[in-house]
Amino acid sequence: MLGYLTRRLIQSALILLGVSFITFILLYVLPADPVRQIAGRSATAQTVENIRHQLGLDQPLLVQYWRYLTGLVQGDMGRSYLQKTEVATLIAARLPASLLLMAGGIVCELLIGLTLGIVAAVFRGRPLDQGLMVTSFVAVSAPQFVVGLLLLYLFAVQLGWFPIGGYGTFAHLVLPAITLGIMGSGWYSRMMRSSMVEVLRQDYIRTARAKGLTRGRILLRHALPNAILPIIAMIGIDIGIFMGGIVVVESVFGWPGIGQLAWQAIQRVDIPVIMGVTMVSATAIVLGNLLADLVTPLIDPRIKLR
Amino acid sequence: MADIAPIETRPAAPAGALRRLMRRKLALFGLAIIALVVGGAVFAPWIAPFEPDEQLFEGLSLYGEPMPPGGPFLMGTDLLGRDLFTRMLYGAQTSLVIGVVANGVALVIGTLVGVLAGFVRGWFGAALMRFTDLMMAFPALLLAICLAALFQPSLWIVAMVIALVNWVQTARVVYTETTSLAEREFIAAEKTLGASQSRILFRHILPHLIPTLIVWGTLGISVTVLLEATLSFLGVGVQPPTPSWGNIIFENQTYFQAAPWLVFIPGAAILLLALAFNLVGDALRDVLDPTQRGND
Repeated sequence: MLGYLTRRLIQSALILLGVSFITFILLYVLPADPVRQIAGRSATAQTVENIRHQLGLDQPLLVQYWRYLTGLVQGDMGRSYLQKTEVATLIAARLPASLLLMAGGIVCELLIGLTLGIVAAVFRGRPLDQGLMVTSFVAVSAPQFVVGLLLLYLFAVQLGWFPIGGYGTFAHLVLPAITLGIMGSGWYSRMMRSSMVEVLRQDYIRTARAKGLTRGRILLRHALPNAILPIIAMIGIDIGIFMGGIVVVESVFGWPGIGQLAWQAIQRVDIPVIMGVTMVSATAIVLGNLLADLVTPLIDPRIKLR
Repeated sequence: MADIAPIETRPAAPAGALRRLMRRKLALFGLAIIALVVGGAVFAPWIAPFEPDEQLFEGLSLYGEPMPPGGPFLMGTDLLGRDLFTRMLYGAQTSLVIGVVANGVALVIGTLVGVLAGFVRGWFGAALMRFTDLMMAFPALLLAICLAALFQPSLWIVAMVIALVNWVQTARVVYTETTSLAEREFIAAEKTLGASQSRILFRHILPHLIPTLIVWGTLGISVTVLLEATLSFLGVGVQPPTPSWGNIIFENQTYFQAAPWLVFIPGAAILLLALAFNLVGDALRDVLDPTQRGND
C-alpha cells in the first residue's frame, strides 16, 4: 500500500511537471503578446522593451521556465501582470467560492443521478425506465450555458424564486449548482442503472427475497450499498470535468470563483494567472484520480492495489 | 486438429447492423434530426429567406427592438435586425463542419496513438501512453478556451483546438482494444504463419477496431458540437459575422430577458443535434458491439 502510494505520488508529480512545461511553452509561443497588453497601445518601443526586460520575458524560454518551476516548488506562482498581486493570493481569494460551487454540483449530480438510476433499474424495461434513459441523454447533451440561461430565465426572471446572479447566500448557490451538476447527473443515472441492474441479478438478492424481506429493504439495505461502490470512485474523476464547467457556469451566473479569474486572465493575456489556474486545476484532477483509485479498495476489499 | 473451432479473423459483417439500427425508434429520431440539420446546412442558400448578415429594415421594431417569431420572420430577428431562421441555417453549416472536421482529426490522432501504443509496446508505446495520461490531467475546456482565445480564432483554428483536446479519450479506448486484440489467438496464429507486422496491423487489427471507431466517432461529434458552442458562447469560438449557434447566443445574451427566443432557439438546436449524435452513437454501440448486447 505504502509502495503503491509512493509510486502514484511520484507519477502524479511527473504528470504535473509535464503539464506545467506544456502549458508554459504553449502560452509563450502563442501569438498574443502580454507586454503589449500591459504597456497599452500608445507605448513607445523603448517602454515595451523595458517592461519585457523587467518581467524577464527577454530571456530564453527554458531559462524562464526554470525560473518559473523553481518558484513553483517553493509555492511562488509569480505575480499577475496586470493586478500587481501574487497569483497565489488571487487564487486563494477565489478558490473557496469555486469549491463551494463544485460541492454543490457534486451533491446535485449525485442526488439527481443516483435517484433516477435506481428508479430506472427498479422499473427496468418499462416505459418509465425508457423515459428516464432518454432524459439522461438529454441531460448529457445539454450545453451548460443554455441550461444556466434557461434556469435563470425560468426561476430567477419569470418566477423570481432565486437571485439573478451573484454570491453570498444559499439561494445564490442553487441555480449554479444545478447547472453544473446536470450533465454529470445524466452519466450517473446511466451508470447507477446498469450497476443496480447487475446487482439485482445476484443470488443473494434472490435469497433476500426468499427470506421474505420487503422490496424497499432489499433495495436500500442489500442492493444499494453494492451497486453504489463503482459509482463512488467516479466522483474523483468528475473534478476534471468540473474544472472546465466552472468557467462557463461562473460566467453565466457571475460567480466569483477561479473560473472567472481564469476567464478574465485569458482575455487580458495575464499569463502568470492563466498558468496558476491551470496548475491548480491539473493538481485537482490528478489528486481526484488518485483519490478515486485509493478509495476503491477501501469500499470494495476484493480489489487490490498493485 | 479437426476439432478446433474455426478461428474468427474478421469482425462480424455489419450488413445487418443498419437494419437493426433502423428498428430502434430513438436511433431513427436521432437520424431524422441529423438529416434535418444536414439538409438545412446544405440547402441553406436556397431555403433561407434572407441573407445571413443582411440587416433588415423591418427586422427591428420602431423602438429598435428585435422582432419576435412570426410573420415574415419564422424565428424572429436578432439585435441587429437579421433574420434568425436564416442565421440558424447558416449556423448549422458551422456546427457540422466543425463537428465533422474536429472530430475526424481527433479520431485519427486518437486511433494512431492508441494503435501504436497498444501494438508497438516497448518504450515507444509506453511513452505514448504516458503522454496520453498527461493530456488527461489537462483541464480540457480550460485549455481549449485558452488556446482559442490566444490564437486569433477562426473556423479552422477552433476545429484544430477542439481536435487537440478531444483525441485523448479515443486513444485510451483504442489502446485498450488493441492490447486485448494483440493477445488473441488469431493474431498469434498470423504471427506463426509469418505475417508481417504491417499486414497484421492493417488486415487484422484495424478492421476489428472499426466498430469501436464508428461508435466513438458518432458520440464524439456530440462532444465536439457542445465544445464548439461553448467556445463560441464565450466569444472565443467562431467569430461573427460568421453565424454559429453558439455565437448567436453570445451576441444576444445581454438581451435575453426581453428576447428569450434569441437564446433558446439556438440553444435548443445545439441540444437536439448533440442529443441526436448521442442517441445514434448509443444505438450503434448496441448494434455493433456484441459484448454489450443483452445488457437490458
